[in-house]
Amino acid sequence: MLTKPAHKPKRGFTPDIIVVCLICLLPLLWLVWRFLQNDLGVNPVETLVRQLGVWGLRLLVVGLLITPVARIFKQPRLIRWRRPVGLFAFAYVALHLTSYIAVDQFFDWGRIWADIVKRPYITFGMIAFVLLIPLALTSFNAAIKRLGGVAWRNLHKLVYVIVPLGVLHYFLLVKADKTMPLVYGGIVLVLLGWRLWRWIRRKV
Amino acid sequence: LTGKLSGKKTFWTNEAQTPREAVTTYNNFYEFGTDKSEPAKYAAALTTRPWTIKLDGKAAKPQTVDIETLLKGALEERIYRLRCVEGWSMVIPWIGIPLADVIKRAEPTADAKYVAFESLARPKEMRGVRSPVLHWPYVEGLRIDEAMNSLAFLAVGLYGDLLPNQNGAPIRLVVPWKYGFKSIKSIVRISFTNKQPSTSWNLSAPDEYGFYSNVNPTVDHPRWSQATERRIGEFRRRDTLMFNGYGDNVAHLYKGMDLQKYY
Repeated sequence: MLTKPAHKPKRGFTPDIIVVCLICLLPLLWLVWRFLQNDLGVNPVETLVRQLGVWGLRLLVVGLLITPVARIFKQPRLIRWRRPVGLFAFAYVALHLTSYIAVDQFFDWGRIWADIVKRPYITFGMIAFVLLIPLALTSFNAAIKRLGGVAWRNLHKLVYVIVPLGVLHYFLLVKADKTMPLVYGGIVLVLLGWRLWRWIRRKV
Repeated sequence: LTGKLSGKKTFWTNEAQTPREAVTTYNNFYEFGTDKSEPAKYAAALTTRPWTIKLDGKAAKPQTVDIETLLKGALEERIYRLRCVEGWSMVIPWIGIPLADVIKRAEPTADAKYVAFESLARPKEMRGVRSPVLHWPYVEGLRIDEAMNSLAFLAVGLYGDLLPNQNGAPIRLVVPWKYGFKSIKSIVRISFTNKQPSTSWNLSAPDEYGFYSNVNPTVDHPRWSQATERRIGEFRRRDTLMFNGYGDNVAHLYKGMDLQKYY
């Protein structure tokens, strides 16, 4: 006799996914609100660019956190949260870059190119952004089906390179107090270390 | 310790002045924290009286000057541009005295080639000093001819009031043709030396912050461009001027020097 699976895998915008999306949207809404209230501080352009970048990095880190939490606490449903969190991370990073180009540099392409070529922190930031694009473009079911699960999963392992690049980007632009970039670096190290440890255990 | 200050208007610019609110809430004063909002939050803890400045080193009349003595002297009002090494700038109406006037009190000797400045470092009142983000006490320096230049200024007030603590009370340097970090705050000591003095930012990152640190759009900071700046309150970046626009007054000090090398 056939037994029904305990629960059908859920798809689409289930309530938990909607909540995750709304939470990811909050920092952006808060920034827009502060912008409209003229409350972005003395140097609003800097605040805007920085905040978008920091939230992009935070969501990337949260994205890396989901798998370990799901495995350790045996909550496989959480795995589905990676997609909205990752896509929102991409959105924040894209807005971060857009605000740098449009608001900070005001489309001064010559200067922007010089920045990309000459300034390591911008070089690393740009590489991280470019590497994020294929991940964002393949974040829907049809892409997974077309690529095949293994190829898709391998492609998305790029995030193990992207997040450290993001931390490096942050680390290199700070003038003296490296505390915050080091905190992010430490968290990322633990999250990647956990994966490495599991990988080694599987091999042995 | 409040009260209006006023003085003869000397150096002047007609450019729009940066609002007082911005000048007093957006500060780099790492003794009170590395975030620019922290000095305004935490600098109230600083006691600025009694306050003396020790003048020592290669001088005929080393002495200790009381801040009150300096405040009682003739004050000047100067509106200067301030260009931060981070790429933003302000226009600030300062009140104070020419640095040369204070230097002359000590009568530096012929072998006094440099002037070394030292800030207060009082961990109890300055929470930033408790962590080693920079060399404490904060130290800065000028060549003696730079220090004697008529633009070099010791500010005791801004916008007609005594200097707020977050802006370097009770007395700070203002060298408008150099990046802001040269303008050392809350000064307790001025020494005359024959050797180029150490400076805190140079000790922290020698390839990024040189002894001279003149505003120079053609010499980039290794991590960002110095060609443009954002004037606080403005949306578009503007071009940075050589010596922050004070070339007529100071360019002669650096004649024949390779400013790429002596950044």
